[in-house]
Amino acid sequence: MSLSVTEYANIGERLYSGRLGNGLRLAVLPRPGFLKKYAFFAANYGGVMRDFSVGGRRVASPEGVAHFLEHKMFDMPWGNALGLLSARGASPNAYTSDFITAYHFECTEGFYEDLDTLLEFVSTPYFTAESVQKEQGIIGEEIGMTENDPGHALYYGLMRCLYEHCRVRDSVIGTAESIAQITPEVLTDCHRAFYAPSNLLLCVVGDVEPERVAEAAERILPKEFSPAPEPDFGPPEGPEPFERRFMKEMDVSAPQFMFGAKLSPEGEGDGLLRRQLVCALALRCLAGTSSKLYTSMYAEGLIRSFWNEADWGPCAAYAVFGGEGPEPERVLGRFSEAVKAVSERGFDAGSFENCKRAEYGQRLRLLGSASAAADRLARGSFLGCEELRSFELLPGITKDECESFVRDFLGPERLALAVVCPKPRKD
Amino acid sequence: MEFRREEIMPAVYLTALQTDKFKTAVLSLSLLTQLDAQTASMNALIPSVLRRGTVRCPDMDSLASYMDGLYGLKAEPVVRCVGEIQAPGFYLSFPDDRYLPGKERLLPKAAGLLGELLLSPNTRGGLFLPDYVERERSRLAQRIRARRNNKDGYAVLRLIELMCAYEPIAAGSLGSEQDAEGVNYVALSKHYRKLIASSPIELFYCGTAGFDEAASALTEALSRLPRGEIDWDMGTEIRMNSLEEEPRVFNESMELSQGKLALGWRLGECMEEPDLAAIRVFNAVYGGTAASKLFMNVRERLSLCYYASSGADTQKGLLLVASAVNFENFGRAREEILAQLEAVKRGEITDEELDTARKSCSSALRALEDDPAALESYWLTMNVSGAELGPAELAASCELVTREEAAAIARSCELDAELYLRGKEEDGDEPERD
Repeated sequence: MSLSVTEYANIGERLYSGRLGNGLRLAVLPRPGFLKKYAFFAANYGGVMRDFSVGGRRVASPEGVAHFLEHKMFDMPWGNALGLLSARGASPNAYTSDFITAYHFECTEGFYEDLDTLLEFVSTPYFTAESVQKEQGIIGEEIGMTENDPGHALYYGLMRCLYEHCRVRDSVIGTAESIAQITPEVLTDCHRAFYAPSNLLLCVVGDVEPERVAEAAERILPKEFSPAPEPDFGPPEGPEPFERRFMKEMDVSAPQFMFGAKLSPEGEGDGLLRRQLVCALALRCLAGTSSKLYTSMYAEGLIRSFWNEADWGPCAAYAVFGGEGPEPERVLGRFSEAVKAVSERGFDAGSFENCKRAEYGQRLRLLGSASAAADRLARGSFLGCEELRSFELLPGITKDECESFVRDFLGPERLALAVVCPKPRKD
Repeated sequence: MEFRREEIMPAVYLTALQTDKFKTAVLSLSLLTQLDAQTASMNALIPSVLRRGTVRCPDMDSLASYMDGLYGLKAEPVVRCVGEIQAPGFYLSFPDDRYLPGKERLLPKAAGLLGELLLSPNTRGGLFLPDYVERERSRLAQRIRARRNNKDGYAVLRLIELMCAYEPIAAGSLGSEQDAEGVNYVALSKHYRKLIASSPIELFYCGTAGFDEAASALTEALSRLPRGEIDWDMGTEIRMNSLEEEPRVFNESMELSQGKLALGWRLGECMEEPDLAAIRVFNAVYGGTAASKLFMNVRERLSLCYYASSGADTQKGLLLVASAVNFENFGRAREEILAQLEAVKRGEITDEELDTARKSCSSALRALEDDPAALESYWLTMNVSGAELGPAELAASCELVTREEAAAIARSCELDAELYLRGKEEDGDEPERD
């Protein structure tokens, strides 16, 4: 197959991309002169895609199955692919989020051999009852680790406030009870449905030959096209949160918080990309490090840290503001005052232009990280967006659009707050 | 990539790497000073206080919007330790000119801002603003307390603190919470004046500009740098042996549902003339990678823990192992971690293990040349320790390390301390309180 080439001269990028006959998406970002080569093989499959059809049969899979499958994919009849890649000097790993599963490795030598291994193990389901049982032990330990993790508690606390039934409420790694229900058959069903090439994307960042990458994928992956499944996400949810507050005591040194609001996940292409850019810019102007909100709360000691981000998936999108500070309720109050001020008077024109420049620089910075670049390309592609076009769209985003975003999505009636407080110390 | 290192002002060294590989350039400044419990908190505080405002941009608002206008240039206050040398300073990163819509030259502006942050703070009567100092010291104290939040990282920090209680490293790069809270703005202002006049300075630049261009931008930006008598009296105290005959055992309890086990060794006599390549390869064989003995045995074969990995501090001469273990498996995990080290001591390293370890060390080192932030940190360590060895040279040495050399490092290690972080419910003698 031949790959098409898109030049993004403004940012010095050239993207080779295309789709194989079996539906696989391919993307190669050349990095001439780099020793490190990074391969990223992602499935449009995450923790939220639990209900689906395969071969005309409805499947309701247990919480944590996408992540469990990720762990088990490294098993091969001949041994463990993680060990093999490590033994060849590569750094392999994988992760599962709400919306995607990704397998990746980084290496300096033997790239094409490692790439073959990556393509082979991700496309080979090999699950035995013993290995599934052993993995229940390992993931049980991982679940134990997250129980002590305040970030985990905050994130899911917030998601359970924002959403009433959407699967983003549930932990990607599952619970001790849910993973106990996982069997080789469940894993086989999920693999068959979601690891069809038409539901996968292979992205390589590095000094490689794009045609050789395509050739490897064509040679190793199944030839036939089978359509990607359409997961059932249930009915859409209204704009307001299901509950407004979550509170938990843990062994932390100071209160930590996350608050946020639901956004609307619909749309694709430049339309969606533009909305994502409007959102990023609006969050930066409203609550970024140069905003009045941030600098005044910092100077008063209300925040030790305060960050924001938005996540966009097929069934849910949300903006999150997180941080640490003695009085999370006051932070939320100040945030709502800032939203009100912007809704009434708008952003300062000079600050808005500066924020645009900062956003441009920040996005350029992310391209310097192969893993961040591949992750963004893949997520964008699964949502039907061409991520690298954001540099072209960004300068055209207007102050008006960003102000409307703040007015429409961040009003006090749409916000929920999760707080983790220190337990009273015994000492 | 072109490397050049020179003294550009008295005791001010610039290490510059010219390359057009990256979209983001890096510029950093580190003041070098002896780590000492008395001054650690003040040193850690200085960059944060300076970052609050300068004469030209007197507060965070004006600084932040100035940096936004420079395409989101970042100027982070940092404080690191290389062994027992503390290095407070700034780390700047900014997009390369080629990819900016107006092709603006950012290097002179970045260097200018660096000079301004270091030398022209917003002061009153020559003293730091009390408000800035109070706010930053409470943030620092909070940051020190927050180390407990990440239990995995905390276990290792706490082990070093306990194991090296009588050595400077115990102060940590941030100093203690009490010292941080006690810093006074007058004393801090005086300490700052002394620090900028007497500390050797390491500058680092990586980007498209050549050495001369970077040097001239920095020389101009630092033209007002006071240079008094330079304090060269600094170094790292290396203990060759464990403190007591038997390893010291420390037990602490926290709110935990899963235990953390951390073990610490002195690297021992191999530190007399440390062979950096052999120590790296030894560590990779033992516990530094996903193909290492600890990973393959403690996690994969015995499923005793979610992770077990080792790290070597070649400045201070320490070997540290960290793992997350269910409480009931503490004993078995410890036994297996020690058994694997014994195997390395006996030279029980397969050809495959040795080959994998060498490759993983050399490719990790070579890959540094693809990452400006990693290069910055690598060269700071090299420059401070006086070993002017590039990543590619060190990588080549790693490829030649023999089984016997790796085993010799293992034999040189002496177990000095063990830390067990336990859960609270576990021991019933502590009364529950609401």
